[in-house]
Amino acid sequence: MLSEVVRLRAEIERYSRQIVLPAFGVEAQAKLCGAAVLVVGAGGLGSPAALYLAAAGVGRLGIVDCDAVERSNLHRQVIHSEAAVGGHKALSAAAACRAVNSSIQVEAHCCRLAPGNALELVRGYDAVVDASDNAFTRYLLSDACAVARRPLMSGAALGTDGHLTVYCLGDDGPCHRCLFPEAPRPEACGRCSDAGVLGPVPGIIGTLQAMEAVKVVTGVGRPLSRRLLMLDALQGRMHTVKLRAKMVGCVACSAAATITSASLASYDYAAFTGAQPNDAAPPQLHLLRDAERLSPAALRERLEDGEEAVVVDVRPRNQFDIAHIPGSLSCPYDVGRPDQRGNDSQRVVALLRENGIGCAMDMVGGLQAWAALADPSFPAY
Amino acid sequence: MKVNVLFFARSREIAGVSETVLELKAGATSQDLLESLLREYPLLKEITGSCVLALNQEYLAQDEAKALRDGDEVAVIPPISGG
Ligand SMILES: [Zn+2]
Repeated sequence: MLSEVVRLRAEIERYSRQIVLPAFGVEAQAKLCGAAVLVVGAGGLGSPAALYLAAAGVGRLGIVDCDAVERSNLHRQVIHSEAAVGGHKALSAAAACRAVNSSIQVEAHCCRLAPGNALELVRGYDAVVDASDNAFTRYLLSDACAVARRPLMSGAALGTDGHLTVYCLGDDGPCHRCLFPEAPRPEACGRCSDAGVLGPVPGIIGTLQAMEAVKVVTGVGRPLSRRLLMLDALQGRMHTVKLRAKMVGCVACSAAATITSASLASYDYAAFTGAQPNDAAPPQLHLLRDAERLSPAALRERLEDGEEAVVVDVRPRNQFDIAHIPGSLSCPYDVGRPDQRGNDSQRVVALLRENGIGCAMDMVGGLQAWAALADPSFPAY
Repeated sequence: MKVNVLFFARSREIAGVSETVLELKAGATSQDLLESLLREYPLLKEITGSCVLALNQEYLAQDEAKALRDGDEVAVIPPISGG
């Protein structure tokens, strides 16, 4: 009994700045302390989302991630420390949340969200935060939330752009498929590893996701359902666009849904999105014949032998500035997504050959392969 | 009449600008605008099946031919999936 009084006193002290808010108060805090929220992804979005939810006092917090912390994550995934590099993201994030608030339950799920486990994971919580980084997981999670009727705080960030909306809320709240019934082509989906992302951008969106989750589980305020907030961080602008209600005949969330608790586990998300459940590179192109390409080692050898050759670097100028093969020329080929895996260079070589430059050759695998096979001092980025 | 078009994310990369003004015939609909956009920026075809269009900050169904007025603002919003 006495320990209960001590515990309550400590909780009132901890959450006092929220409890004194007239718009929040004891009742909302009690609901928050009794709520369970699942955060899918412990990266740039999940870092602030999980930390703020833990600090604000969500009673039970689940964190799903199967990846390990990498050095190139640290500029935006602020939940992880340098000491966590190489370790499980879910464990590192859970430890950080427990360090902020030992009075809540934190559950680390060191697994990938998959068709076989998505429903069970989602059903274990009252609300879900989509802090993932790929189209496969986004469609899967939205479907699972539509089937399990769990509100989904969906956030995304790339470059200096951010998106935020709440899916599957109430009777008329749309799901991800209602808005994007067709999956984007894989090459149209930028990945943070290729296109880049400015650290604070996912920080802003992830923080807003935590805010939406707090609103949804406490019933305070007006959740961002049927509205899409778009952040343009460079211009310092936010636009909000009104969205449609549920789509009649949506395969996931309508009365006519074909994706159900029975069928979801066998749905082929890889075929639908053309992507894998991670932010792996799109498949390498094979535009050229073997005779039109050479390996990084062969190129190095020919350069070392003093052969007269012009090495043309087709990546964007800023990537050339990060690192390039000594003596190479920067001629950015600027369509589509830049990539370091030698897909653009194949397109360029094909174009050159079509236009009569028959000696044009492509280096297989791009500069990632050069770094791996020909020059260990070349920085990986 | 003039319609202001805002490009976001991937559509901005394809168009190379974040906004543009399209000159349309009086009485043009959102379908005419889409056609004119694709003529101006053929590569946008890559994303039209998987993006949200908004007319004056309100969702615009792509199969709907909504009448446009001078000064209207249309936003092209492809999904982003990074995190
Ligand atoms: Zn739906």
